[in-house]
Amino acid sequence: MILLWLILAPVLGGLAAWRCGRSGVQWPRWMTTLTLAAELGLVLAAWTTSSMPMGPAESSNWRLQFDVPWIPQLGIRFHLAMDGLSFWLALLTAFLGLAAVAASWRETVACPGLFHLNLLLLVAGVMGVFLALDLFLFYFFWEAMLIPMYFLIILWGDAGRRYAGTKFFLFTQLSGLLMLLAILALFFLHGRATGEYTFAYEKLLRVRPPPGTEMWLLLGFAAAFLVKLPAAPLHSWLPEAYASSPTAGSVLLAGLLSKTGAYGLLRFVIPFFPGAADRFACAAMVLGVISILYGALMAFAQTDLKRFIAYSSVSHLGFVLLGIFAWNQLALQGVVIGMLCHGLSIAGLFLLAGVIEERLRTRDLRRLGGLWAVAPRLGAVTMLFALASLGLPGLGNFVGEFLILLGSFQAHPGLAAAATAGLVASVIYALWLVQRVVHGENVRRLAPLDLQPRETGVFAALILALLWIGLYPQPVLDTAGPALEGLQHASRLALTARPPAPAFPKIAGLSFKIDAPRPSP
Amino acid sequence: MATVPMEHALILAAALFFLGLAGLLARRNLLFILLSIEVMLNAAGLVFVAAGSRWSQPDGQVMFLFILAMAAAEVAVGLALLLEFHHYAHTLDADAASRMKG
Amino acid sequence: MLRLLWLIPILPFAGFALLGVFGRKLRPATAAAVGVGSIGLSAGFSALVTASFLLHPPAGHNHMQTLWTWMRVGGFAPGIAFQLDALALVMVLVVAFVSFLIHLYSVGYMRGEPDYSQFFAYMNLFVGSMLVLVLADNLVLLYLGWEGVGLCSYLLIGFWYKDAANGRAARKAFIVTRIGDAALAVGLFLLFYHLGTLRIQELMERAALQWPSGSGLAIAASALLLGGAVGKSAQLPLQVWLPDAMAGPTPVSALIHAATMVTAGVYLIARTHTLFSLAPPVQTAVAIIGAATLLLAGFSGLAQRDIKRVLAYSTISQIGYMFLALGVGAWAAAIFHLLSHAFFKALLFLAAGAVIHALRNEHDLYRMGGLRREMPLVFWVFLIGAFALSGLPPADGFASKGLILTETWNSPLGGTGLWAAALGGALLTSIYTFRMLFLAFGGPLPQPVARRPGVTEKLPLLLLAALTILAAGLNWPAAWGGVSLITNFLHHTLPAPPVRTGRVAGGEAWLEVIAVGVALLGIPIAWLLTRGAPATVRAALQTRSATALRGFWLGGWAFDWLYDRVLVWPLVWLARANEADFIDLFYRGLAGMAGWFHQLLRWTQTGRIRWYATSVALGALLILALVIFL
Repeated sequence: MILLWLILAPVLGGLAAWRCGRSGVQWPRWMTTLTLAAELGLVLAAWTTSSMPMGPAESSNWRLQFDVPWIPQLGIRFHLAMDGLSFWLALLTAFLGLAAVAASWRETVACPGLFHLNLLLLVAGVMGVFLALDLFLFYFFWEAMLIPMYFLIILWGDAGRRYAGTKFFLFTQLSGLLMLLAILALFFLHGRATGEYTFAYEKLLRVRPPPGTEMWLLLGFAAAFLVKLPAAPLHSWLPEAYASSPTAGSVLLAGLLSKTGAYGLLRFVIPFFPGAADRFACAAMVLGVISILYGALMAFAQTDLKRFIAYSSVSHLGFVLLGIFAWNQLALQGVVIGMLCHGLSIAGLFLLAGVIEERLRTRDLRRLGGLWAVAPRLGAVTMLFALASLGLPGLGNFVGEFLILLGSFQAHPGLAAAATAGLVASVIYALWLVQRVVHGENVRRLAPLDLQPRETGVFAALILALLWIGLYPQPVLDTAGPALEGLQHASRLALTARPPAPAFPKIAGLSFKIDAPRPSP
Repeated sequence: MATVPMEHALILAAALFFLGLAGLLARRNLLFILLSIEVMLNAAGLVFVAAGSRWSQPDGQVMFLFILAMAAAEVAVGLALLLEFHHYAHTLDADAASRMKG
Repeated sequence: MLRLLWLIPILPFAGFALLGVFGRKLRPATAAAVGVGSIGLSAGFSALVTASFLLHPPAGHNHMQTLWTWMRVGGFAPGIAFQLDALALVMVLVVAFVSFLIHLYSVGYMRGEPDYSQFFAYMNLFVGSMLVLVLADNLVLLYLGWEGVGLCSYLLIGFWYKDAANGRAARKAFIVTRIGDAALAVGLFLLFYHLGTLRIQELMERAALQWPSGSGLAIAASALLLGGAVGKSAQLPLQVWLPDAMAGPTPVSALIHAATMVTAGVYLIARTHTLFSLAPPVQTAVAIIGAATLLLAGFSGLAQRDIKRVLAYSTISQIGYMFLALGVGAWAAAIFHLLSHAFFKALLFLAAGAVIHALRNEHDLYRMGGLRREMPLVFWVFLIGAFALSGLPPADGFASKGLILTETWNSPLGGTGLWAAALGGALLTSIYTFRMLFLAFGGPLPQPVARRPGVTEKLPLLLLAALTILAAGLNWPAAWGGVSLITNFLHHTLPAPPVRTGRVAGGEAWLEVIAVGVALLGIPIAWLLTRGAPATVRAALQTRSATALRGFWLGGWAFDWLYDRVLVWPLVWLARANEADFIDLFYRGLAGMAGWFHQLLRWTQTGRIRWYATSVALGALLILALVIFL
């Protein structure tokens, strides 16, 4: 039940914030803050109150489930579940939402009620993506989170918002459509093979499509997730979308929406299609390495602070992609840590960009500089996030990158070594950022207001979280571990004990008839 | 009883249909376009009737009644639109209604 | 007492946290007290730990302390854990005490800086990271310290952040060393993949068991570690960052870029000596890199005008000696030279700092002079430092460099060639050292002395000078009396150097005599090149070829020139050229194509009903035709 509230709370809170938007500017802010604080509490409560696995024996990793029929005629259930992996991502979602609202307090937005409604709907959508265990429900949330994000960009973005919003929408929508096709194919394959038409995750896990089909289906899923992540050649929507969003939007877009891509790869792509994933792994890891290096190169060249952060994000998520397809315990644990820390550090950077833009009315790196002397707290925080982004040991990102590289080295030494070059590249762009913003002569006599207590609090929380993960990541590793092992187990099982493939038409995946499923009793 | 061969009925229907089509394409007056459509509809109806009588099935005549009803409705809507258009544009020239140009 | 080991690295971190968070609110005196006090305490604890270690040696001269497990994933479980053995103990002592003295010196030297407390915060962070580096029991924690000191080096080189040139130097230092670090990281991955652990002790045991001498994996792993060491210790081909690093404040150059951080590479190789012993080609490469670097840096040192850059090149050159010693298997000799170098190079830098302050931040040797009478104390301690650097008795450099030369001669891995290179390096060292001394302290005074060192600056100078002399007594050459406290102590951890068969017994005395003679020869040459130059030498120095050669050496053998053209500029050009992201062109192209098709199909939408009707009719006819004729 608590899982349902995780979805409902932001929706209801958002409607309330919309309503009180008429009574004053501050009301929606307080409403949203309260809602997200409650959401954070709910996530923690969900985890702490459930120590025993409660599901059926085979899915013992689910600490919490909520499962009611939704559209039984089509085998669709409203099935939410939480394991160690989704717990951390849900926690990150609530935490970043809270941070985004608290730190962009001073930013003026038109129609604050509507703005915060969209924000909270986005949080609800992301939460749903991390919790949904019915593929139809998952797709529903996947699409549902696009819409508020689109409106956040289109209505509250900066000058380039139309172009950015449309591009974002087209990329995500088209790739989502491919995923839908793949989901439907799985649905029918399962129905054909067993006579039971269902979208349930754990039942669809047992579908064994023939190899050719499997690759096509994998590509369908991967398209959606790789665009969202994004991986190198599919990243082109991202700089515009990140740069044009309002601060809170960029924080959630970069901090959370990219994680949904990685989550999808972890949860669906490889467990569903282990055989094809095995063949696809090398290509995906190459894409990861390309993302790392290309993102770094592009970041170095940018003059717009937000575009800079956007490309650095591409570079960091390259590590995540690399780790996911290395698919061993070290790399996967690294991926979880990497996702959390990337979320925290990229959120910190975007909040900083928001602070700088709000105070100085520019985010052109050529016009910044020398902020250390005039705004020491701002300078120190910028420096710290730059250091986190270059993977300094002691901060969480290092743990993630190190584990990912250590794991990838076992899967593919050459690619891991190439990815290690990303360590050098990240130093180059991160230090360039420090030089452009913090150091140097303050030629233009910028005198921004230093961070205020509320902002300092938010940044301090982000940095403490990064330090904690950097020095003692064990709690994360221990809780995410069983979930990851479960995923690995599922895929291994599928690889070894492949049942005889049912007789499908030759060009399967394209040629099965779309006949209406029999209603399941 | 001597019957009209179906080929004759079909030829007549085709002639009517193409007459209607020609009228539809050639005339610019909306009223005449509407008339031409009626002619074409009736041609189609004739085919139904002929086919019904050829295979001694009542379906053809049923279909014709359908067409008749539909044509009545269509004429009602069409004439109403036409009147409205005349109010608006003070002409019945079909080419004047080209604001949907891409 | 050994239980207190964890306090040694933690205290500087605590100082950093305090200064970092509250630094701006503290008065300068308080900030300095926190900064120096935490290091002082740390040094005190390290003295206690040392006493305890010597009086009651732990089993196997090896003490382990685990604070907590850092991350545990399957079999990979590096801890925040410390290992204290003979090697680590020597390093801890050097780091803690030299840091303490330099901190003390900085109290007066940095007075009046706007970011005074920040300076001490960074310095404390550095000392903490360096102590973690030397105490780490696994390579991941060592890597943490390794990156930490790199970061502090970056922060402190760019301490005067308003000048863009300082920022450039700082970035260059971080980026170049990070190239080495990336190699080191790959080395770690390789070691873990094949040996299943990163705890140094287990790693060495397993490597010795599983890998035969000269196996490909041992060679690859040690070569990658060497990459890390070369970057950090500014050896060929990654030595380019160190001279530029002199942009930082002088105490920083003394602490980070002379005494401690840059010797981390030497420490790493000594720490993993088992691995290097398994890979003879790599060990030979270490020796050759050392020899080549010491010669190259020696020649560059001859041509420098900036007093700190002379010292920087001398640092590169002295670390070259250490690498040479490591390469010939004289592990203990390398560490002994590291120790004595820490003392005398810190001394030289701090004395140079006093000179620079006295002459209103003048760095150019040719605008210096006459300070011998004005600042006798600085002169004398500088002289002691110069003796040590040149390897002349009674300073410690004589003992340590002599040991390296002897071991190089004696080792089967060494030989005459490497020995001759080292000897040539000794001559160069002596020439540039005394050239610096003559230029800075001899001749007329160019300007009145602006600032004289205070007590907190004189005290560290005197103490370091004393240490420089006393350290020689720890390991006096066997030929001339023979004390070997340090090497014997280190042999608990590091193996004794291999000895070539058929060497001449009693030859060591001659080797020492030759080394000292060569170093002494450098003094008159330096005089002839500087203050006492006769007209012929002056003329020869002004010829075109001499000027060109000087320019070549001044620029550090054109390595910067080469790297700029081969690496830096192309990459920057590529990044700038591609700022708009060429991949986006593809998607923009798609969008453009859609627009073009839109234009193309637009004309079919005429808005005329008859046109549509005609199209419908033609379409119907077409379909009919298709149905009938196909």
